[in-house]
Amino acid sequence: MYLSRASDRAFAIVAVLAAVWLWTFADASRIRARRAPARAGQAELAARLGLTDICLFTEARYTRHLSQADAFSPYQDHPGAVEHFPSGSLVVPPDSWIARHAHLAGQATVPR
Amino acid sequence: MRTWLDKQRYLVDFTVSSLARRKAKTLGLLCVYTSIVFLVSSVMLFTAALRREAVTTLARSPELLVQRMVAGRHDLVPASYAETAAAIRGVQSADGRLWGYYFDSFTQANYTVMVPPARAATKVGPRRAVVGSAVARARSLEAGSELVLLSYSNLVFVFTVAEVLPAESELFAADLVLLSEDDFRQFFRYPAGQYTDVALSVANPSEVRNVAAKVARQLPDARTILREDILRTYQSVFNWREGIVLVLLSAAVLAFAIFALEKASGLSADEKREIGILKAIGWETGDVIAMKAWEGVLVSLTAFLAGYSAAYLHVFRWSSRLFEPVLRGWSGLYPRFDLSPETDGLLVATLFLFTVLPYAVATVVPIWRAATTDPDSVMRGAL
Amino acid sequence: MIELSAVRKAFNQGRENEYWALNGIDLAIPPRQVTVFFGPSGSGKTTLLTVVGCLARPTSGRVRLRGTDISGLPERFLTGIRRRTFGFVFQQFHLVKGLSVLDNVMLPAYPIGGDWRALRRRAEDLLESMRLGHRGGARVEWLSGGEQQRVAIARALVNDPEVLVADEPTANLDSDLSKQVLAIFGDLAAAGRTILLTSHDPLVLDWPLVRSVVSLRDGRIVGEA
Repeated sequence: MYLSRASDRAFAIVAVLAAVWLWTFADASRIRARRAPARAGQAELAARLGLTDICLFTEARYTRHLSQADAFSPYQDHPGAVEHFPSGSLVVPPDSWIARHAHLAGQATVPR
Repeated sequence: MRTWLDKQRYLVDFTVSSLARRKAKTLGLLCVYTSIVFLVSSVMLFTAALRREAVTTLARSPELLVQRMVAGRHDLVPASYAETAAAIRGVQSADGRLWGYYFDSFTQANYTVMVPPARAATKVGPRRAVVGSAVARARSLEAGSELVLLSYSNLVFVFTVAEVLPAESELFAADLVLLSEDDFRQFFRYPAGQYTDVALSVANPSEVRNVAAKVARQLPDARTILREDILRTYQSVFNWREGIVLVLLSAAVLAFAIFALEKASGLSADEKREIGILKAIGWETGDVIAMKAWEGVLVSLTAFLAGYSAAYLHVFRWSSRLFEPVLRGWSGLYPRFDLSPETDGLLVATLFLFTVLPYAVATVVPIWRAATTDPDSVMRGAL
Repeated sequence: MIELSAVRKAFNQGRENEYWALNGIDLAIPPRQVTVFFGPSGSGKTTLLTVVGCLARPTSGRVRLRGTDISGLPERFLTGIRRRTFGFVFQQFHLVKGLSVLDNVMLPAYPIGGDWRALRRRAEDLLESMRLGHRGGARVEWLSGGEQQRVAIARALVNDPEVLVADEPTANLDSDLSKQVLAIFGDLAAAGRTILLTSHDPLVLDWPLVRSVVSLRDGRIVGEA
């Protein structure tokens, strides 16, 4: 007789889903806490090896080393050239490539 | 207050029975809706966690890197650059770095070959290499096995694997092959006295920009990369404003718009008739609207809760397996890493706003007209 | 109990198909009796029913319920009064398809709130009194015409209204079923409810429990008996 009412059934389903949803947050902080020492270890290793990028895409040098890549390879012909590596469409060029030059004001020299 | 709650429960009773009457349509709608929420949530959770992971891991990357550019392309850095940089005030040390790429045709994968800094105290030595965990997986290596690489100059090099980097390092070291400097130079026929780039260490963080400016002045063809540039790059990776994430989000928003439009385009004759009956037997306009609003709320709330929870499980408990084909692309190596969940309240709120609200509102819009039908329209046969 | 003064009702007012269904009705409906509105189709009897039963407001004129003028009330109050006072049985029954018999009967009470179990019991009792107690869980579309009408009557009674209003209750029924329906109305009248019917069926007019017949033609009362 408990869930014979339609609205009770609906609310029960929503309540269960809400409970699962809330659990994800609890689980998240649990996992974070558990992985904290491992993360610290990773940062340590990365610092020791002097690494500058994460190894997510190994297809092309400008997707493997996002922060180090030169402007030449991906933009060889035209900045809007069609990307042929899938990961190239997932990552954006670093800010430094498209940074403005205001900071050079008064510091640039005119070549003779 | 009690009566209001009672009344809402009754309205929900009717709404649920209404939805149950169109079982197939309702289930279909819920499935599609949940899937969209799942997809968008997965992407957002994944990218947020990845960004966090990258930024914390790379927090102590070199303060300043000096590269040499010729016609926009990387060129090798002579040792004199390191000396010039070392002489600048504020620079504690300037070390030439050696690293490059090797395409292993055996596994169709790219490796990053690197000489670790001396202070790293790794186990590299003459013909002794340290490899990343994905390389070890790809070539079935373990400590003590042999790694055979064919150099670009068609010479065969045999290295003994001194160590395999731990699994926790997958995210940033999966494709590494660490060699000694001599081995590196021999393997790549790297000219003596040249380096890939120079890493500077600057004691005072506020001085870094000044040092970079000085480097730029003294070494005109140099390009400097600050640590903050590196971190900023990874803050903006998978930026939702660009690239694939934008395409995905646009597709999702479009799907919701189609749902909403379908809802808002009007009611079927059956639905109109039903509302007429409700009005005739004593339901007020407000009751009808509230009842429909509950329909929108229930459907979208269910889809949101289910979709988000499924996305969480997918990304953090199932290693985002559904994204693997997209992320892998053409690369032969796919790093297997676990991400720490990053649950940003703003993220969840944004997801909620984009998914629940539009649909809930859209169910009410077409009702407005029909809900205000005169109660006697059923009797007049006007329906 | 219900008084109408100079009531007129128009449809599509101001437009070219303007139509006056009621053209000046003065009427007093006594309580606890059976009253029949009689007339050919187009005479305005259905419209009169809707005005008397607070389903619609008159275009001009006054409607008084137990002395209180209700013709000027806003929709909310009118609906509340209608819910409490009147129960409607429509000619086409207008039951909600796809819902069970029991759910249909309970529907008019939903906006009021209140205890669900009590409401359910009340609905079951009503169905029992209509000899449909065993059909509570069936979907309405599975029932025969006569059964559906009894469900409609049960639904009209769920809020325990003083007045039961039925539009052409015997129009779709044969003689036997018609007599059954009238018997049900008779029981309700005996229990003290006011019954208002529209009909052009002579069977209804010959029914001994009918206390007054209001004849209508062209939106006007042409005879009272």
